Amino acid sequence: MSIFRRIRNTFSRSKLRQEIDAEIQAHVEMRIADNVVAGMSPEEARRDALIRFGNRTVVRERMTAMDAATALDAFGRDLRYAARQLRRSPAFTTTALVTLILGIGANVVVFSVLNAMLLRPLDVPQPTGLYNVVHKQQGYDNQSYPDYVDFKNKNSTFSDMVAYRIEMAGLSTKEAAYKCWYYRVSGNYFDMLGVQPAQGRLFHASDEHGPNSAPYIILSHNFWRRYFDSDPRIIGTTVDINKHPFTVMGVAPPAFHGTEMFLWPDFWMPIVDNPDIEGTDFLSWRGAHNLWVLGKLKTGVTPQQATDNLNAIAHELARENPDDDGLDARLTKPGWMGDQFGAPARSFLAGIMLLAFLVLLAACANLASLFAARTADRSRELAIRLAIGSSRWNVLRQLLAEALLISVFGGTLGTILSTGLLKALTRWQPFPEFPIHVTVSPDAKVFLVALLLSIGSGVLWGLVPIRQVWATDSAQVMKSSGAGTIVFRRFTLRDLLLGVQITLCTLLVTSSFVALRGMQRSLHAPLGFQPQGVLIADTDLHMGGHFGASVTKIRKRMLEEVGHIPGVTSVGIIDETPLGTGGSSSLVYREGTTDFRPSNSAFGAKYFGISPGYLQASGTRLWSGRDFTWHDDAKAPKVAIVNEKFARSMFGNADAVGRRFMWGDKLSYEVVGVVENGKYDSLTEMPWAAMFLPLEQNPNSDNSLMVRSPLPPDEILPEVRQALAKIDPSLPFVFHTWSDALAFVQFPARIATATLGVMGLLAAMLAVTGVFGMAMYSVSKRMKEFGIRVAVGAQPVQLMRAALSRPVLLLLCGSAAGLLLGVIASQLLAQIVYQATPRDPLVLAGVVITMAVLGLVATWIPAQRALRIHPARLLREE
Amino acid sequence: MARNDLQGTLDLLVLKTLSQMGELHGYGIVLHIQKASDELLSVEEGSLYPALHRMEMSRWIRSEWKMTETNRKAKYYRLTAAGQKELQNAEKSFEQLVKGIRAILRYA
Repeated sequence: MSIFRRIRNTFSRSKLRQEIDAEIQAHVEMRIADNVVAGMSPEEARRDALIRFGNRTVVRERMTAMDAATALDAFGRDLRYAARQLRRSPAFTTTALVTLILGIGANVVVFSVLNAMLLRPLDVPQPTGLYNVVHKQQGYDNQSYPDYVDFKNKNSTFSDMVAYRIEMAGLSTKEAAYKCWYYRVSGNYFDMLGVQPAQGRLFHASDEHGPNSAPYIILSHNFWRRYFDSDPRIIGTTVDINKHPFTVMGVAPPAFHGTEMFLWPDFWMPIVDNPDIEGTDFLSWRGAHNLWVLGKLKTGVTPQQATDNLNAIAHELARENPDDDGLDARLTKPGWMGDQFGAPARSFLAGIMLLAFLVLLAACANLASLFAARTADRSRELAIRLAIGSSRWNVLRQLLAEALLISVFGGTLGTILSTGLLKALTRWQPFPEFPIHVTVSPDAKVFLVALLLSIGSGVLWGLVPIRQVWATDSAQVMKSSGAGTIVFRRFTLRDLLLGVQITLCTLLVTSSFVALRGMQRSLHAPLGFQPQGVLIADTDLHMGGHFGASVTKIRKRMLEEVGHIPGVTSVGIIDETPLGTGGSSSLVYREGTTDFRPSNSAFGAKYFGISPGYLQASGTRLWSGRDFTWHDDAKAPKVAIVNEKFARSMFGNADAVGRRFMWGDKLSYEVVGVVENGKYDSLTEMPWAAMFLPLEQNPNSDNSLMVRSPLPPDEILPEVRQALAKIDPSLPFVFHTWSDALAFVQFPARIATATLGVMGLLAAMLAVTGVFGMAMYSVSKRMKEFGIRVAVGAQPVQLMRAALSRPVLLLLCGSAAGLLLGVIASQLLAQIVYQATPRDPLVLAGVVITMAVLGLVATWIPAQRALRIHPARLLREE
Repeated sequence: MARNDLQGTLDLLVLKTLSQMGELHGYGIVLHIQKASDELLSVEEGSLYPALHRMEMSRWIRSEWKMTETNRKAKYYRLTAAGQKELQNAEKSFEQLVKGIRAILRYA
């Protein structure tokens, strides 16, 4: 009979009965027929047939009972029995459940994030074969538009290639104005990605006919829903973007949010349109590297072939155009803003995944010890079961059923909890001023992993008592009183597991301390400015329709009006806030350079446009020379203020003030001041050379007004807002304190610290329960021995040594190993957290004290129990 | 020692019958054993069916509902390859049993 029929039989017992009855009935009827043929009367024939057959009910019961004894039924019985056993020992069950919920839950959360960030492809209809084209050098990820066009037209390995950049603009309708993030994309963008419109239509390559030829935008579904009430009549109407009219052509589908993983833009615009009329026209400038290029490989082409192909083109371009000197190409996984955030995020995530897995392993080690102890305590019951004829396999299957039941139950609860957590994480918008969403909702892959982890861990710790069951000699166990046969001298697998667990815990505790100290230090790091007490008002003057001379006029008015507010000590303007949205960088040349190839440059430098007064308002210290004045305008000679690093690199140790250098515009600049070094992009960066230029000589519509005041920001804010509104009510401003703005650069470090902290806490809890369980168990099993020792005069110290030497030894070795690993792991951490170093007496002391406290907590109760032994009572009980 | 008991003997009889007759229903097996043993052996009809059911679960035989010559629905049994093998084992151990018993009888 096939297994399927057995299973079916188990569920349809009645059907089996019917079949058996029919078979018996046929038998009896055939006998009756034969009897009648042999000459009996019908009644006689029937009676004879029934007597010959015997008791039909008994036969039927014997047959159905056979089916009930199939494996499936036995498994169900095992589970029911396991559930009963577990209900009977709530302490064990609760401990195991909580441990598993934490262990598996942590893994599900980390894996979901990993899955969303690394494994899932870009969220577009046709994600296969997509790669960002970046430069070989890390961090140089952008291409210029002419290079993009050449790459796109000359390559033979990509089916298509798109370019995009992400910008901000003011979108205004008759009723309202919004500050928006949007994509400027090449015409073939939607076609290459296979995106279909939700409303209206999307633009194509054929809509592009040179600069400003396609004044259309495509709204994101979210933006359309929130601000236009999903009204389809919006299609074909006109909205103003930075005061220029654009027609709404269509709406993108709900799931599509561009080609960067976490950014959700408000609309898309053809790249040929330029709402920054005054801004430099980058479409024809080969040196302006400000685009992301995304290509789709032809089927059958490997990334390596494509890279070689692009590099050959790059080589050719470099020969033809001085601006392309040194051009090369590399492919990278899309969605991560090139490679800048991708590489460290990836290694960090992989590291955290490893840690989460190790935490689960530690949890399993704990459960294995607990389970082994429980099995040892039940050795009598097991021995009886073996003695009355149960097979060892049956006993083992029973134990495994218990482990699996708890694991799957705990895994399910853990998954439910972490799904809730992930949903919250998906809703979370870490920075109000950026449209960033981290979509990490779990998918089928995550649930599969959760199930596998549950079953895997169940089997892992459920199989630990195998040897115990196999070695059980029922006669021996039943003769002696309980489990007296367990040997404590030898180091066992259990000890090793516990040691590994303590090592892991110390590693995590060390890492969290290192990260915490780094965070603390980064708050006091020399930034090159003083963010405390500075309120920032961000805007883009183009959004108010200010161009040319109007820009200077309005800036002067801002500084004047806001500077007169009582309580404001100084005001200044910078185009892009350091450690904010990031600045630009460019190559600089020594005085006298005539050939401006990149290879002839001196070095790359960050540059910022600032107003007079910025240095004072930002708290940037001027070492020598002077600040700018309003006389350093477009007509005056070109001047610059440089930082120390710049001055040293360009001019050596000599005083830089009065010296000259050249920039990419082939003009000579005079250094009029030297300021302190600072942090410009991230807290962990190496010192950059930087230069500050007068806004007048380096026009830019980005405008961050810095207002320094000893008053609290919320007191000064309304007055600043009022003063600015008086100057131009149509300008949208975003207000924040500089300290808050720094949250953005501290974000990775904060996430790292929080994650490590949570993992460390988990590991610490597991280590405490592990050590506690082991010490407690060993004390309880040796009560009799201790009683005798006390009776013959052992001192408390001797008793303690006997009871706790093993756990304490493990604690010491594990902590030492963990600390060592922590020191090594900190090198990875240093990429994310400012000045992460374990060579810090506070960190080392913190780790040692933490582990000592953990050890004390874990061994306190067992030690008390060992000390309170009353020999007479104990011996009497036995 | 060869496994042997009454149940083993019934198995042997049923397997042998099926191997000789090909396909047969329960009643037919009872009749055949009676006839072939010259009415010396009579199978307790009620205990035949649990035995058939057990052998079917061990996959020595398989069953199929069919019509008899007298147009009655009955469950027909037939030997499988595994049953063929089991039959050889059963025959061997039965012969050993007989040999053993005979030796003891002679000794006395």
